[in-house]
Amino acid sequence: MKILVCISKTPDTTAKIAFSDNNTKFAEAGVQWIINPYDEWYALVRAIELKEADPSTVLHLVNVGGADSEPIIRKALALGGDEAIRVNSDNADSFNIASQIAAIAKDGAYDLIFTGKETIDYNGSSIGGMVAELLDLPYISHAVKFDLEGGKAVVVREIEGGEETDKAALPLVVSCQKGMAEQRIPNMKGIMGARTKPLKVTEPVAAETLTAVASFDLPPAKAGVKLVPADNPEELVRLLHEEARVI
Amino acid sequence: MNFTTSELTQQVARSARDFAQQYIKPHLMEWDESQEFPLHIFKEMGKLGLMGVLVPEQYGGTGLGYFEYSVVIQEIAKVCGSIGLSLAAHNSLCTGHILTFGNEEQKQKYLPKLATAEFIGAWGLTEPNTGSDAGNMKTTAVKDGDNWIINGTKSWITHGRSGDVAVVICRTGEPRAKNNCTAFIVDRGTPGFSGGKKENKLGMRASETAEMIFDNCIIPDSNRLGEIGDGFKQSMKVLDGGRISIAALSLGIAKGAYEASVQYSKERHQFDQPISNFQGIAFKLADMATKIECAELLINQSCDLKMKGLPMTKQAAMAKYYASEISVEVSTDAVQIFGGYGYTKDFPVEKFYRDSKLCTIGEGTSEIQKLVISREVLK
Repeated sequence: MKILVCISKTPDTTAKIAFSDNNTKFAEAGVQWIINPYDEWYALVRAIELKEADPSTVLHLVNVGGADSEPIIRKALALGGDEAIRVNSDNADSFNIASQIAAIAKDGAYDLIFTGKETIDYNGSSIGGMVAELLDLPYISHAVKFDLEGGKAVVVREIEGGEETDKAALPLVVSCQKGMAEQRIPNMKGIMGARTKPLKVTEPVAAETLTAVASFDLPPAKAGVKLVPADNPEELVRLLHEEARVI
Repeated sequence: MNFTTSELTQQVARSARDFAQQYIKPHLMEWDESQEFPLHIFKEMGKLGLMGVLVPEQYGGTGLGYFEYSVVIQEIAKVCGSIGLSLAAHNSLCTGHILTFGNEEQKQKYLPKLATAEFIGAWGLTEPNTGSDAGNMKTTAVKDGDNWIINGTKSWITHGRSGDVAVVICRTGEPRAKNNCTAFIVDRGTPGFSGGKKENKLGMRASETAEMIFDNCIIPDSNRLGEIGDGFKQSMKVLDGGRISIAALSLGIAKGAYEASVQYSKERHQFDQPISNFQGIAFKLADMATKIECAELLINQSCDLKMKGLPMTKQAAMAKYYASEISVEVSTDAVQIFGGYGYTKDFPVEKFYRDSKLCTIGEGTSEIQKLVISREVLK
């Protein structure tokens, strides 16, 4: 069994969001970077669990990013990957990134490709589907549970008001979300070991870039809190109706 | 000396920080109130590799250096001083003593268990009537054939009751004579060895501090650490390294108090603006930040010297002295910035304030640090 987990670098959830270059770029100065939590906590940890259950499993990580992605790649290796591949590209277009991952995946002949359901910065949710299409593989998104039974994948997805269980043959692409696994903290041995695990850097293949960011905008500043006296429900109803327009 | 933190140190710090946030933060006030020593937390830290940070991998430890050790203690202490103190005492004192002065057999026997927290370690030098004046200790070890008979009481011992193994410094010569102390390893369960009174403390309440009582406790000579008469010299060396850990503990508490203050001063509004806009608060934050930076530089200097195997007695004493004093100052200022809220248990700074005071006392008071520093300066 060979598994490829796609990991992306995202700003820490407490990072201050600002934009530069006329609101076309995310201002990265002073930002703490983390592994996209959907990639780390769910996709990677579930892949590690599969490897723990079957130690012959080979677990590779792929990241499309610049050299500044390496600390988060090594953290992922500290959690448990065997080796990592970084495609040296700063391209932010989903199709281009998916094309790079597909090229790596094709070479590696993986049985399973895991991604997070989305990144917590751009919320694209598009890499998994695009990679599957480029490789002509089946794709199951938003998985909350993943198991292997008799060489086939049994995947539980969250759907509106309930769950759906899918079965699919391998190879397969799965995007993962909460429920797949529990967050782990890299232990000291893992951190030390990660320093000597292979981290290969490859140059990007030629691929189209289909989208470009025209501009970013911050959400409008929150208005102040209005306190309505408890004995004046009419005023509360009026504000909800006329100002907030929620009723 | 390199002023940038290495990626390895940052990764280690991140793991310790995540652990503190997930495992310690939700329960720390509960442990503080009840004075419960949360043994299970130390077992978890053992799994993570935080209980034998400096122990080489061949003995089941992590094999990291002092820079990583320092950030581990800081990150834990930023959230809870008590857990930070127990972590520091376990790593530096008991484990550190066996690592530095144990023979191969002793290292093989104890270090793998200490590094994984299967054993919690205690270390006993201080006595009810001999704190800084350790040469006059009353606990004696008398040779009896191939054994030693230990009698006496050690006090203020971190993990005095819960420790599975203790390193105990006993007098083997005449009081106040030169080279009159020897260190021994005593296992929990050895007849004649028991835990005594547990202290009810101002701060560091989740870190167990208790007496260890020896009443005709017989141990084999194979439990002796190093040569007869070397106990005091060994202890001073162990405490040199221990000073880095208490300095890091102090710094962690100061950082915790400072970070809470920065956040609160931006959120708390008076006269229609955040109180951080007022110079009275802003200048306090500037002082706190500067003191923290100074303490960090002193600690990093000691780590650097220690890693290079160079003398660091003076620098480690300076780091411990300064970091512990500013820990008290910074957490006092933090309570002031929080005002009335700072005096309540609903906000974190009163605990930093209580915990910080241990740092100017434990493992050599500030006065003893000044003695060490002045002796070095006047050499």
